[in-house]
Amino acid sequence: MTSSTEKPLTGNVRPDGSVLDLPAYEQTGGYRAIRKVLNGGMPPKTVIAEVKDANLRGRGGAGFPTGMKWSFVPVGKDTPNPTYLVINGDEMEPGTFKDRFLLERNPHQLIEGAILAGFAIEADIAYIFLRGEYTLAAKRLERAIAEAYERHYLGKDILGSGYSLELHLHLSGGRYICGDETGLLNALEGKRANPRAKPPFPVVVGLFGKPTVVNNVETISNVPHIINNGAEWFHGLSRTKDGGTKLYGVSGKVKRPGLWELPMGTTVRELLEEHAGGMRDGLKFRGLLPGGSSTPFIVEEHLDTHMDFTEMPKAGSRLGTGTMIVLDDHTCPVGMAWNMTKFFARESCGFCTPCWSGLGWAERILRSIEDGHGKPDDLDKLASQTRMWSPGNTFCALAPGAADPLETAMKYFRADFERHIDEHRCPWR
Amino acid sequence: MLTAEEIQEIEREAAHYPKREAVSIDALKIVQKHRGWVSDESLRDIAEHIGMSRTDLDSIATFYNLIYRRPVGRHVISVCDSVSCWIMGCEQMRKHLQQRLGIGLGETTPDNRFTLLPTVCLGCCDHAPALMVDGNLHADLDPRKIDTELENYK
Amino acid sequence: MATVYIDNKPYEMDPEQNLLHGCVSQGLNLPYFCWHPALGSVGACRQCAVKQFKDEHDTHGKIVMSCMTPAAEGTRISIADPEVTAFRAGITEGLMLNHPHDCPVCDEGGECHLQDMTVMTGHDYRRYEFDKRTFRNQDLGPLVNHEANRCIQCYRCVRYYRDYAGGRDLNAFASRNTVFFGRNEDGVLENEFSGNLVEICPTGVFTDKTLKHHYSRKWDQQFAPSVCVHCALGCNIDAGERYGTLRRVVNRYNHEVNGYFLCDRGRFGYEFVNSERRLRQPLLNGKPTSSAEARRHLDERAAGGRVIGIGSPRASLESNFALRTLVGPEHFYSGMADDQAKLSTRMIEILRRGPMRTPTLREIEECDAVFILGEDLTSVAPRMALSLRQSVRQPMEIARRANIPLWMDHGVRDALQDSKGPLYVATPYATRLDEVATATFRGAPDDLARLGFAVAHALDPEAPTAQDFPLAAEIANALKTAKRPLLISGMSCGSEAVMEAAANVAMAAHAALSLTAPECNTVGAALIGGSPLTAAFEAVKNGRADTAIILENDLYRRAPAAEVDAFLGAAKHVIVLDHLANATTQKAELELPAGTFAESDGTFISSEGRAQRFFQVFAPQNEVLSSWRWLKPDTWQNLDDVLAALSKALPDLAPASYAAPSAAFRIAGAKIPRSPHRESGRTAVLVNINISEQKTPEDPDSALSFSMEGTPDKPPAALIPFFWSPGWNSIQAVNTYQKEPGGPVRGGDAGVRMFEPAAPNGHSSDRQAWFSAIPPAFEPREGEWLLLPMYDFIGSEELSQAARGLAELAAKPYVAVNCSDLAEGAEVEVSCASGTFRLPIRLRPDLPRGVACLSAGIAPLSGVTMPAWGKIERAK
Repeated sequence: MTSSTEKPLTGNVRPDGSVLDLPAYEQTGGYRAIRKVLNGGMPPKTVIAEVKDANLRGRGGAGFPTGMKWSFVPVGKDTPNPTYLVINGDEMEPGTFKDRFLLERNPHQLIEGAILAGFAIEADIAYIFLRGEYTLAAKRLERAIAEAYERHYLGKDILGSGYSLELHLHLSGGRYICGDETGLLNALEGKRANPRAKPPFPVVVGLFGKPTVVNNVETISNVPHIINNGAEWFHGLSRTKDGGTKLYGVSGKVKRPGLWELPMGTTVRELLEEHAGGMRDGLKFRGLLPGGSSTPFIVEEHLDTHMDFTEMPKAGSRLGTGTMIVLDDHTCPVGMAWNMTKFFARESCGFCTPCWSGLGWAERILRSIEDGHGKPDDLDKLASQTRMWSPGNTFCALAPGAADPLETAMKYFRADFERHIDEHRCPWR
Repeated sequence: MLTAEEIQEIEREAAHYPKREAVSIDALKIVQKHRGWVSDESLRDIAEHIGMSRTDLDSIATFYNLIYRRPVGRHVISVCDSVSCWIMGCEQMRKHLQQRLGIGLGETTPDNRFTLLPTVCLGCCDHAPALMVDGNLHADLDPRKIDTELENYK
Repeated sequence: MATVYIDNKPYEMDPEQNLLHGCVSQGLNLPYFCWHPALGSVGACRQCAVKQFKDEHDTHGKIVMSCMTPAAEGTRISIADPEVTAFRAGITEGLMLNHPHDCPVCDEGGECHLQDMTVMTGHDYRRYEFDKRTFRNQDLGPLVNHEANRCIQCYRCVRYYRDYAGGRDLNAFASRNTVFFGRNEDGVLENEFSGNLVEICPTGVFTDKTLKHHYSRKWDQQFAPSVCVHCALGCNIDAGERYGTLRRVVNRYNHEVNGYFLCDRGRFGYEFVNSERRLRQPLLNGKPTSSAEARRHLDERAAGGRVIGIGSPRASLESNFALRTLVGPEHFYSGMADDQAKLSTRMIEILRRGPMRTPTLREIEECDAVFILGEDLTSVAPRMALSLRQSVRQPMEIARRANIPLWMDHGVRDALQDSKGPLYVATPYATRLDEVATATFRGAPDDLARLGFAVAHALDPEAPTAQDFPLAAEIANALKTAKRPLLISGMSCGSEAVMEAAANVAMAAHAALSLTAPECNTVGAALIGGSPLTAAFEAVKNGRADTAIILENDLYRRAPAAEVDAFLGAAKHVIVLDHLANATTQKAELELPAGTFAESDGTFISSEGRAQRFFQVFAPQNEVLSSWRWLKPDTWQNLDDVLAALSKALPDLAPASYAAPSAAFRIAGAKIPRSPHRESGRTAVLVNINISEQKTPEDPDSALSFSMEGTPDKPPAALIPFFWSPGWNSIQAVNTYQKEPGGPVRGGDAGVRMFEPAAPNGHSSDRQAWFSAIPPAFEPREGEWLLLPMYDFIGSEELSQAARGLAELAAKPYVAVNCSDLAEGAEVEVSCASGTFRLPIRLRPDLPRGVACLSAGIAPLSGVTMPAWGKIERAK
């Protein structure tokens, strides 16, 4: 692999947007990794060790070390079976559009990653849980899966190795909470997508009560490259401790909104100014959410932060999905906070009180402020609500994710909130 | 009554799961694909086919955004109203559509051509504002562009 | 026991449990909604939050949900911490956002868990200023009312209804803050245990619809501990009345019997007490007469010399015994039809001789392999069916291996998936429990018996058998490998052979044995004894007697109409004591109004063999009296006198006297009040009759008083009229009467078991002789059908037929056949020895060939003797 070595995930995609079919993928070096691993090449434990060493961290937003997650799966004869691998393709975090790219342009990369991950955890069955709106990705994945089956890369006795893996595509019924690991499992079981309490963890009691690993699309897409090139190579791609590259995105009123594969640890400034071209003419930067809606705002003083899992928290935020949403000075921060809170309120599954009740209330207050009917104690009410949504207070991470942007919006743009209330109007309208 | 084709599609999906009830969402989407929406009669037929109670199936159907339990027009326009599209002007897009079509969110044009719905982030934020019509993504929109593209949907 | 530190104080807690359970056990006031002792924890409402600290030095701590946290050794939490206290109040605030705040007009007001928890958390100021979400209510039938706006989305209703009770027509719809709990469309709730929703729901969403017809606040009702009369299981209840009208029945927690739940027949059957059919005054030749005159007439007839007494399996021990004493044991008849008499005698014999032990309903929940032979439990012994739905969730090993605590409800269910413990149902027709069964077997009673004998033989080659069945080995294996196997059989098939076969299996498997009985005191009546009904008919026919005193027994339900007509026609004098006017009372010379369970005291013995006392809720204002008070000799003054005489005359029944403390029982010198302190207008209740405050009626029969005066302390289980503690006004107050939630009542649960096996199970040397009367295989007859009873949950039982709400749902008479050339609903004529009946067809492909079923207990089929051969022909 040549030009793709620095950009393993995206280096080989076609600029015209068409999909890499199986022969084209193999031409880029695809399906080499499974040949390397199967038939005694690298036993499952070794595959896990390699991925662990590579320090690949989950790209879905939580950043959990992937190799470690795999090592928790009970393996061996006396363990419950089947073991499941589930790929989380339910990309619905507002401002996030990276998995779509991988799914539409290079589905075989994901499939090869799935076979490797499945082999590592001794999974029997794998599902790709794809959000229902990604119709193009669905079509292309269906085709790719069929191609892989035809070539016996999937199904019984892959490449004569004795390892079998069934892979099914499931299209979701459409809810943000399906992106939550355990909510996804319930959705895949055909139920309402309420999340589950942990413990028990999915590696012990997961899909249909069996050991299950759930990994994000981007995470799994990295695996063939790690196997092909090694953990050290993967470290070498990154600027910081967390290994590999990252698909970073920028949306909002910048000159060039887009998606780029860059070394993990690229700074915010580089992404915003170099790649996205900075703010549009006539607009000033006010702040951004570094990793989708569920991350805290960062502002000017944080622009030199490295965008990885370890450094971002130092700026009081998180890497999340790595796709930024930029706030300019001609856009109302209160309206933005309201829009996001409305999203979370709407997508609440309705299980735990602080979320289903509190988010709805916060949305009403923000609407009222934005409409010019805000009251002086509204900010206190909002603050006490966001405290109700701390991690551990709620059943899952949806409400804590809603707290992040709202809390930091009120912190960094408090004056704007107060203006709405004092002036009984939105000054941006 | 489910058609033979619907049953075949449902059973193809059902084979992917160890439990029959797991195919509930797939079944709802398949029937909706053929009929546009899931009526009470459709719900009853699907429930019977899977072996679930109507109440249990409706409990699932009403949870999910993409399952319509009310009639929709020939084409469903889903306008993204999440934060990136909002920053990039989805409000104007929505207002324009409402004016052009003469309907509000959740409503269907009198000629049954379009139903207008809000949707959450469509995952193409660098090409905001965006919307979907049926299964097709339309992005980088402005009022003129969307008017042109809607012409394709009769 | 683990030591858990709460606000730096050490407490002993059960480490197998969660912190909420432990805190409630300690009497600490920690609020909660979604947790329930019978349903476990799910962590939805977030109300039970506490702050957990890593160690003594951790000053920051983090908020956790006590219901989801194990009470592990060394755990340190704070309930009083200001941040978590504010959090809990914030949760209540969140729950109340959309609540209508309609307490003054809400039925739940005054016994509402939401009210209690709101007060407990201190949330008392409404800051929410926007619109509330509202719902359209559903008509869920005549029993349960739906007022959805009051919902706090705690998910208790669906967890109980679907997960616990197996219902399929109640669920959660939509999401976020608009979750709606109901059916997909209006309609009667199908599950037989739907009524428990009114106690499970912590707010006023689901309430007792029958109570609405004559509503009264909890604090305004007068209560008494009682026992359900609508089957033989003897579930404990508390009955509430006001102004002399019975208002409702609530569950009285008994750890061994009904636990937290009743069936709908038990909860809503009480309305028969208010029926227009009630006999409320003596009638002599159809005309009202005074009690004094009625007594005089009764005494005269009784002294006449040639009197027989016909008792009843639904009358109390005391009433049956009083009649027996009045007429003399040789002239006392049990009141059971011949076949019932034989079966109940056999049942007692089996229970007495052992070695099988009869489990309690609670123990049944822990049985890990169950074989039902011949019983449609959901209709005949409903609460037992609910226990079995829990017992099949036995593969708890799966959860244990995954280190999931058993109270972590969803985790356990996810781990177990659909795995179920073995349950085998062998009955003539498909039953509701089939849906959780491992396998089912359909056959006529003789074939069911033969299957049973085969299973016993597969377990122990010395047990006799006549035929092999493919299923027998599988059932035997399941019973053999189980740790707590259970056999269930009973009287429903009308076959001794079925019961005996079950007894053989139980012996061979060293299993427990439960036998069902049809009525609330079948076992008690069988123990008192007396010849069966046809003997009574003979006595009058042969002129040995000319006067019959019939106690709480509609003979037209016991024997074919022609026979009863003949008997009642032949007797010169017929005296009847009963609650409701019926076909028998119509033929009586003297009708005496007998007190129902609500107006009398007495003892029933359940099919478990548990003697339990029921107490009068109110002293009737009219002439209604306990039957034993009509019949007793003057030397007996009160209930204790009756029981003393009973114990002397029938020493085997002596333990029944201990079913409750005697009337002399006091707590610190005070009686136990039937009425709560706050009962309004208690001194003005009869002011329309007499403006002076009436003297409080005396109660010489119990330690309860008809007053709010008495001890404030908690009485023993048998004497608990209502559950109430400071700050706990709802039924959750049961917590404060238990040592721990879900555990026994402090001081022991009510009732005395009459049968304990002579020898302990498990030793083959202690085994009794095998039953060996194996019937020949069932042979269908050309042109005829074997008619068997088919039991309907609502409709077959006598007294609940007169309950207004249940009557709306009651089945109409039918004949069920497995027959392809007749259409559903087509009218046919069924003729058998008991008569000819015109009935609609119900097609039942599950019935075996040659077998048809008649709806049991539903007029005009109430007195049909079955099993019987009959013909079915198209109606002309």
